[in-house]
Amino acid sequence: MSTPSKSPAEGKTFGITVSHLTKKFGRTTVLQDISFEITPGETFVIMGPSGSGKSVLLKHIAGLETATSGEVRIDRFDAADPNTRNKIRLALVFQAGALFNSLSVYDNLALYLREHRLYNEAGIRERVMRALTILSLEKAYKKFPAELSGGMKKRVAIARALVMEPQLFLYDEPTSELDPVMSATICEIIGTLREQTAVTSIVVTHDRTLALSVADRIALIMDGRIHAIGTPAEFTNPTDPVIANFLNPVIDLKNPRFKQLENHHEQ
Amino acid sequence: MKQLTAVIGHIGSVVLLLIRTLGFVPTLPRQFRRFIEQCFLIGYTSLPIVTILTFFIGSVLALQSGYSMENFGGKQFIGTLVGLSLARELGPVMVAILIAGRVGSAITAELASMKVYQEIDALITMNIPPERMLVLPRLAAVLVMMPILTLIGIICGWCGGALICQYTHFISIDSETYFAALKRYMDWKDITDGLLKAEVFGFAIVLVCCHIGLNTRGGPREIGASVTKAVVTSLILILVLDYFVTKALL
Repeated sequence: MSTPSKSPAEGKTFGITVSHLTKKFGRTTVLQDISFEITPGETFVIMGPSGSGKSVLLKHIAGLETATSGEVRIDRFDAADPNTRNKIRLALVFQAGALFNSLSVYDNLALYLREHRLYNEAGIRERVMRALTILSLEKAYKKFPAELSGGMKKRVAIARALVMEPQLFLYDEPTSELDPVMSATICEIIGTLREQTAVTSIVVTHDRTLALSVADRIALIMDGRIHAIGTPAEFTNPTDPVIANFLNPVIDLKNPRFKQLENHHEQ
Repeated sequence: MKQLTAVIGHIGSVVLLLIRTLGFVPTLPRQFRRFIEQCFLIGYTSLPIVTILTFFIGSVLALQSGYSMENFGGKQFIGTLVGLSLARELGPVMVAILIAGRVGSAITAELASMKVYQEIDALITMNIPPERMLVLPRLAAVLVMMPILTLIGIICGWCGGALICQYTHFISIDSETYFAALKRYMDWKDITDGLLKAEVFGFAIVLVCCHIGLNTRGGPREIGASVTKAVVTSLILILVLDYFVTKALL
């Protein structure tokens, strides 16, 4: 089995083509005829309400799900083919972190480098500590995931992805469970990575600020379909009422559906 | 028909897991630390319970056979009966049942929780095959530890039988007579057959438990369901394999 190349592809990154992707779980259709292209080096943000299929779409791109029909190609490689991971180094930051509970923070970060024998222990230590410092986690390297808060777990997951020096960066809700300051830091990290490495990135998020600040383009998914794809400028002042309502929801406390709550409270 | 298809599908899936895992055998030296950890978990931590269990199985066997054989003057064969039963059948089967309950359930719970909490997905995206990192060290460890545990279990059972024969008033056979009878009708093949059986059982238990753990879907409730499924499947498998392996070895 071959191992991905040692350096971050010497600046090489990849485009992604999603063609007529449909995914069904039993009788439920989660994704329906999704098609779009991401150019190499682009930061593409996928937004949408909960349950719209964003994370499932990301899993297809990461090769963790098999499509019912259609396909995802990373460069010319089929994302669902396990051999693709021998050719392309991709890092996925999971929503819940997905840290290895039996390993310390340090070992979580070092695992990829050790398993692929990319550096000696001194090299691994240098890279792990650098990533931990970027995420302000240098004091937590001995801790185990069970000892970390939700936000710290998320930061460790991002640090683990950074250590991999990926050619394709996938983020699943990177700012959920984080306080506004840490959310801003994550925005900066994603933005900095975009500037410095020009790595293709896909960010699945609900976070309007994150989406508008890091995206080259934004896709809005509604009920398993792409509703719109546009630039942050187009999403900042949308003419489409669906986009406008999703990004700037009107809070109406006199909405008739809250009457039921009032009645319930009075009883 | 649907259930039959599902069973065949599961068997195929287990075979595929085995083939994929065997493909990583050359990487075993790199997994040495994990292999030692698993040897410790499977072997060392199971040792006390294996010794206690088999000691009392040997004791009960001696007690029951002494009680039955007294009526027709066959007490001098108690050593042979206990020796052969433990070496050929009870030793490997009881140790396998214990490993299924203790180690198999732990393996399934660990892998199922790794699956549910996306740790397995994280490994896959990092291009670290779970078969290499999680299944191979466990399979290798059980292959090493199972014969050792079974041998210790057989010896403990024999000792339990000897003790009961000496100190039970209606049996009253000294250890020398007991072990002389045990040796007279036993062959090394009886012991190696038992160890071979244990090896097959251990391998099947770990493979099935890894497969069920890695294929868990859903939430925490499914982790419990997977553990139950793994233990029940392992127990059935032990008894079914026992028949076929015994028949092949006779």
